Amino acid sequence: MKQTDFHIRGRSVDSFETPFQLRVKNGLAIVDAEGTCYRDLNALLRKLNSNGIKKAELYNVYGQRYIGTSLNGNMKIEIYGTPGNDLGAFMNGAKISVYGNVQDGCGNTMNDGLIVVHGHAGDLAGYSMRKGKIFIRDDVGYRAGIHMKESQNIRPFMVIGGSSRAFLGEYMAGGVILVLGLNSHEERHRAKFVGAGMHGGVIYVHGEITNLSKEVKVVDIDKSDVRLIRSLIKEFCDYFNFNFDEIMSRKFTKIVPVSHRPYGRLYSHYAHARQCCNVLLNME
Amino acid sequence: MKSYLLPEYILERDYARCNKCKICIEQCTYAVHRYDAINDAVHSRSENCTNCQRCVVFCPTHAITIRRNPNSYRENYNWTQEAILAVKEEAETGGIIITGMGCDKPGLTYWDKLLLNASQVTNPSIDPLREPIELRTYLGKKNDRLNFETNGGEAVLETELAPQLCLETPILFAAMSYGATNLNVHESLARAATECGTYFNSGEGGLHPSLYKYGDHIIVQVASGRFGVHPAYLNIGAAIEIKIGQGAKPGIGGHLPGEKVSEEIARTRMIPTGTDALSPAPHHDIYSIEDLRQLICALKEATEYSKPIAVKIAAVHNSAAIASGMVRADADIIVIDGFRGSTGAAPKIIRDNVGIPIELALASVDQRLRDEGIRNKISIIASGGIRNSADVVKAIALGADAVYIGTAALVAMGCTLCQKCYTGRCPWGITTTDPQISKRINPEIASQRLVNLLRAWSLEIKEMLGGMGINAIESLRGNRLQLRGVGLTESELRVIGVKMAGD
Repeated sequence: MKQTDFHIRGRSVDSFETPFQLRVKNGLAIVDAEGTCYRDLNALLRKLNSNGIKKAELYNVYGQRYIGTSLNGNMKIEIYGTPGNDLGAFMNGAKISVYGNVQDGCGNTMNDGLIVVHGHAGDLAGYSMRKGKIFIRDDVGYRAGIHMKESQNIRPFMVIGGSSRAFLGEYMAGGVILVLGLNSHEERHRAKFVGAGMHGGVIYVHGEITNLSKEVKVVDIDKSDVRLIRSLIKEFCDYFNFNFDEIMSRKFTKIVPVSHRPYGRLYSHYAHARQCCNVLLNME
Repeated sequence: MKSYLLPEYILERDYARCNKCKICIEQCTYAVHRYDAINDAVHSRSENCTNCQRCVVFCPTHAITIRRNPNSYRENYNWTQEAILAVKEEAETGGIIITGMGCDKPGLTYWDKLLLNASQVTNPSIDPLREPIELRTYLGKKNDRLNFETNGGEAVLETELAPQLCLETPILFAAMSYGATNLNVHESLARAATECGTYFNSGEGGLHPSLYKYGDHIIVQVASGRFGVHPAYLNIGAAIEIKIGQGAKPGIGGHLPGEKVSEEIARTRMIPTGTDALSPAPHHDIYSIEDLRQLICALKEATEYSKPIAVKIAAVHNSAAIASGMVRADADIIVIDGFRGSTGAAPKIIRDNVGIPIELALASVDQRLRDEGIRNKISIIASGGIRNSADVVKAIALGADAVYIGTAALVAMGCTLCQKCYTGRCPWGITTTDPQISKRINPEIASQRLVNLLRAWSLEIKEMLGGMGINAIESLRGNRLQLRGVGLTESELRVIGVKMAGD
């Protein structure tokens, strides 16, 4: 245990014991996370956040889970290493940059904020996110963007630089997924069952998708789509230093759900209600 | 296609009594009654009637009688009327038959085959009217041992206790989502839970911000669709429940139909207005006990370890093994929802065939956790088919810490179990999100009905406990000597862990 004093703008505000190598100066915290438990790490981040630290750099992150869980405000976190599952779960406004790959469930049920991954992401990236943005430079695993939702004017965005595995946008109820198809050796994406159960939102893809699920269809891109894609690609290029014009020159396919009520026809009472209504109308 | 289905009920009107006040027309949400201006009479279309009894109760002259339609097919114990009608309905629509509420089949209720004990001569019974009987129950992990240190002659607890829920009576209101029910129902339950010192479960549809003030008495639910789950929601509740399954439809998910997703519900659930709200069967981040642990830990992280995390499963064949896994996954409370558990909408075939009765699952889970020496690490809430205070007492004697009531709470508010919740037109204003029909539930009155129900049950529980010579509900928990079985086979007695009556 090391005694650590916080110094913010030259003023000592708090001190507590921490298992970390920690340096704090002018609102920037530098943390060596090697060999520490996620519980301590998150407690530290919350403590730093509540003490007005604007930015934390975490070094030697080796698989600690739940980093940034439920973190409020607009604190910036830079992670060097490989954070564990559920990075930024339930996150509420923080901005996380990862210099390395992330594992499963990155941005799980994220409420707001930004996650920028300079590498690959595991399965379930952006599970049920409803606001904020996730940018992943390379590929994502299975079920990326599952259950993404939007309501009223609140909309989540996920940009995937590389490709995705199966069940991209599964059960999607809203939001935007953009797949750029960079770093790919093949023209064709390997993702199967894209948009299975999708009933809201939109997926833009560069490159061929051969296996769309029955709940979605391909439609033409209009001007508003181009505006949206342009702004997302702009942001993507700012984070990862890609050539904006080169990416913008690519062709994108727009995938939308066939219906926002995909399973209404499964049940007998809908058919029956229609029939009864007809009977009623005939009787009147 | 001509429908071959038989009307289920016959509605008879006593025209001598009917004063044509048209209240029945206003009250019926299925358009059964209509006014015939030419003949100045009110007529009825029996074929639309669901036997909800709303018009009967509200008819000022008691002119209406509803009877089961005596028309029936030739008697056949194998091909019952229900079986024949189901085939016809599916043949006509090609769709899954949906129903509401819990399983209505006979022969699967073990509560009725369990009898309670009472003190005679050798141990005195207690009169609850004069002596205090403790019903307070704490739900959450209990430590293996407590360490104290002395500080200036005073004992100070050294052990850190896990967060607990404190119930003044061992009965909670089961999960019913905002969307399946409406805000008035939610508010009635929240108010009653607050007044009675117990908890109301928000269900999986999020929580309307106007109910945040009751947060100390609300258990918030996180289900596979993650509707309305955000940090404020997680932090406002007294506990968080992860819904894996429910007794009425184990293994399958839920679809809240788009008609029920009004603007307010869409905002609370965080989905677009009018779209189906799909809750798939599995959580896609939970494929194992280890994954469950991950969600539990994430929720604990999100709430800074300040509240217990419950996990709700349907009672199925391997519940006991799953329960053991849940303890290892660091859950604080396990909720087991039995075969007769209720729902707003489930495929009838699933409701009536999948899962096992709560009595058997509860007994085997409690026994398994005891055998493994980990019963103290988790609290058990039994759910699904608790109809009265005796069922509560029997459940606790079988090993539950507390019970959830859903149907009983709805019945207290007006529900008559017509099983048509899925239409979204509940004439009693319960399972509807229609703003006009929802007004039929007045939170002021409905919460009073719920408070009265819990008061009555608590008094009855005290009477039963006193009769057994027990003065604290804690002493009854898992006390199966207070139970005896009648009409049960050897193996049924063995699984439930009770002796035959008279033995």
